[in-house]
Amino acid sequence: MSSGVPAANELPAGTLGATTPPSAPAASYGFWTRLRVNSEYIVIPAFALLMAALLFALFLLAIGKSPVDFVDYVWRGGFGTAFSFQNTLQRSSPLILTALAVAIPARIGLIMIGGEGALVLGGFAAAAIAVPMVGVVPPIVTMPVMVAAAVIVGGCWVGIAGYLKYARGVNETISSLLLTYIGIAIMNFFVEGALRDATNPNKPSTKPIGEAYMVGHIPGTQVHWGFLVGVLLSVALYVLMTRTTFGFAARVTGGNYRAALAQGLPVGRLIVACAMIAGGCAGLAGYFEVAAIQGRANASLAAGYGFTGILVSFLARHNPVVIVPVAILFGGLVASGGLIQRRMGLPDATVLVLQGLIFIVLLVSETLYGRFAIFRPADVKDRT
Amino acid sequence: MSAGLVTVLIAMLGGAIRVSTPFMFVALGECLTEKSGRVNLGLEGTLVLGAMVAYAISYHTGSPWAGVFAAGVAGSVLGAMHGSICSLPKVNDVAVGIAMMLFGTGVAFFFGKPYIQPTAPRLSSIPFGGFSDDANLRSALDINPLFFVGIAVALLMAWAFANTRWGLIVRTVGDSAAAAKAMGISVDRVRFLSTTVGGFLAGVGGAFLSLSYPGSWNQGLSSGQGLMAVALVIFARWSPLRCVLAALLFGAAGALGPALQSVGITQGYYFFNAAPYILTLGLMIATSSATHSTRDMPGELTMAK
Repeated sequence: MSSGVPAANELPAGTLGATTPPSAPAASYGFWTRLRVNSEYIVIPAFALLMAALLFALFLLAIGKSPVDFVDYVWRGGFGTAFSFQNTLQRSSPLILTALAVAIPARIGLIMIGGEGALVLGGFAAAAIAVPMVGVVPPIVTMPVMVAAAVIVGGCWVGIAGYLKYARGVNETISSLLLTYIGIAIMNFFVEGALRDATNPNKPSTKPIGEAYMVGHIPGTQVHWGFLVGVLLSVALYVLMTRTTFGFAARVTGGNYRAALAQGLPVGRLIVACAMIAGGCAGLAGYFEVAAIQGRANASLAAGYGFTGILVSFLARHNPVVIVPVAILFGGLVASGGLIQRRMGLPDATVLVLQGLIFIVLLVSETLYGRFAIFRPADVKDRT
Repeated sequence: MSAGLVTVLIAMLGGAIRVSTPFMFVALGECLTEKSGRVNLGLEGTLVLGAMVAYAISYHTGSPWAGVFAAGVAGSVLGAMHGSICSLPKVNDVAVGIAMMLFGTGVAFFFGKPYIQPTAPRLSSIPFGGFSDDANLRSALDINPLFFVGIAVALLMAWAFANTRWGLIVRTVGDSAAAAKAMGISVDRVRFLSTTVGGFLAGVGGAFLSLSYPGSWNQGLSSGQGLMAVALVIFARWSPLRCVLAALLFGAAGALGPALQSVGITQGYYFFNAAPYILTLGLMIATSSATHSTRDMPGELTMAK
């Protein structure tokens, strides 16, 4: 399915992709000009973050809590010590992967928010395939099989939304979120039924996969390998989307669907491929949640990483490389949630409120693009 | 065997009426918003916030109807936020909807925590099954007045769209913003008002969830009903009356799991829980088309294209 890479001669010679945001100015401009133009995409989101923080501080003051304490606890719980920062990196791993699951379809013009479902089903598939293999097949064989199961199941799950978009014109935002609910129901169906570990009376789960089959930490740290995989994958996908024929064809399709069709690009295969890459990333996040953290599949897989990932991707302007630092920022916020809850007596939904606020302010800030002369040196022509 | 089947069917009838009510309100709200040419995907968050506010106000004032009204007000605040943000240039209404979904849910969970334990006064139902001796039928025909309010709103909306100046304005804005502008109508203001009123209706739908059926407030109260109602509007092809019928269909699908459970079929409970989502997806596949836009779709709507 993912062989939808067109040959180079099929590609348009002109500048059909010029509408894809953010389009960098031609290389003929000098370094400082380019820096000035591109800084708009950093300054405006940063400003939005600051405004959201201010609004949230007012919100905390209004309910009688101290914003200073809040910042202090986020710092201590997420970044201040080596231990907490490693915890943050660990939590940012699923955020990187689920944000990639939003960013890649966004490049082809689709708003897909099915990362949570692909994470849950991917993690479940990894655990389900491991259960009969544990103790029979050595880890060196089992672990790749688990990864493959997670990636394939996650990829196919979001791939459905991509296929339905192309073949039937079904709105991909709604269908991907519906698939998330269906995916969680499927996992619950098996975890409460056929695959339930009868020896565990507390929480319906699959059988544990066992220590020997779990993913360890990066040497010298308390961070599991999923973080490094996430970083490498975001670089690889950045290269794929910006430096290859496939990525160019996808961005052309996202910029102007009709033009892509007219040029004979295989838009159907491109859309399905992007959706499958997205689902594969989220499925991989599910694998690491099972194989590095939980050790089994249960309802805690649906912890909301997929939804935070949506925000991470939007804040990174769907740029795979920028996703990494943004995911670390939000990983810290998620990691400090418990500390904030205990020390400040705030409900666990506090982080959700802050995330929602950031998301809204960020989208409001979209309207600021192109309004400031400072980002438009006189020698740069209109970029739209 | 056939007695079991009758029990299931009666339970599904009662369930369809109960479960369909929130769908109906959210769908009618979304129908109004979409008729004006904008999509509010955030109604899931509105539904949850409405449920929380209704429960809290009913608990504090002792009057569930005050709760229903407060839920509507909370919903219209979220709707007004969506409407005003989308009026800004370059802002994508689908993305704002996702943000509002997260924000509304977050705010509801944040302020709703103290209300999970206490019991608030609920809306009382009207018993229509007095003629029958069958306990199942009687409980199925205990119908909440909000169900009839919803049908009345649907009739009013259908009449207003077809026969009033306001209805014409909303439809014009939804079909062609350029034509509306040429008529001297403020497109943004009409869409703002449509989204705000739509949010009010969705908030009332949330009030039904917490004050009637299931009739309590907790964090798992709504799982996608708001979103399914958005899909339902597409299936109902933007007609308020068809929205009611579609809501009843969805209600019956949602009632399937509990109805089977009531006769002792518990196997595959989670699968039947997924039935409404699968039905929604199936209906979206059936009604959408890759080559031409859906019949009766407002021309300005970008989402369903």
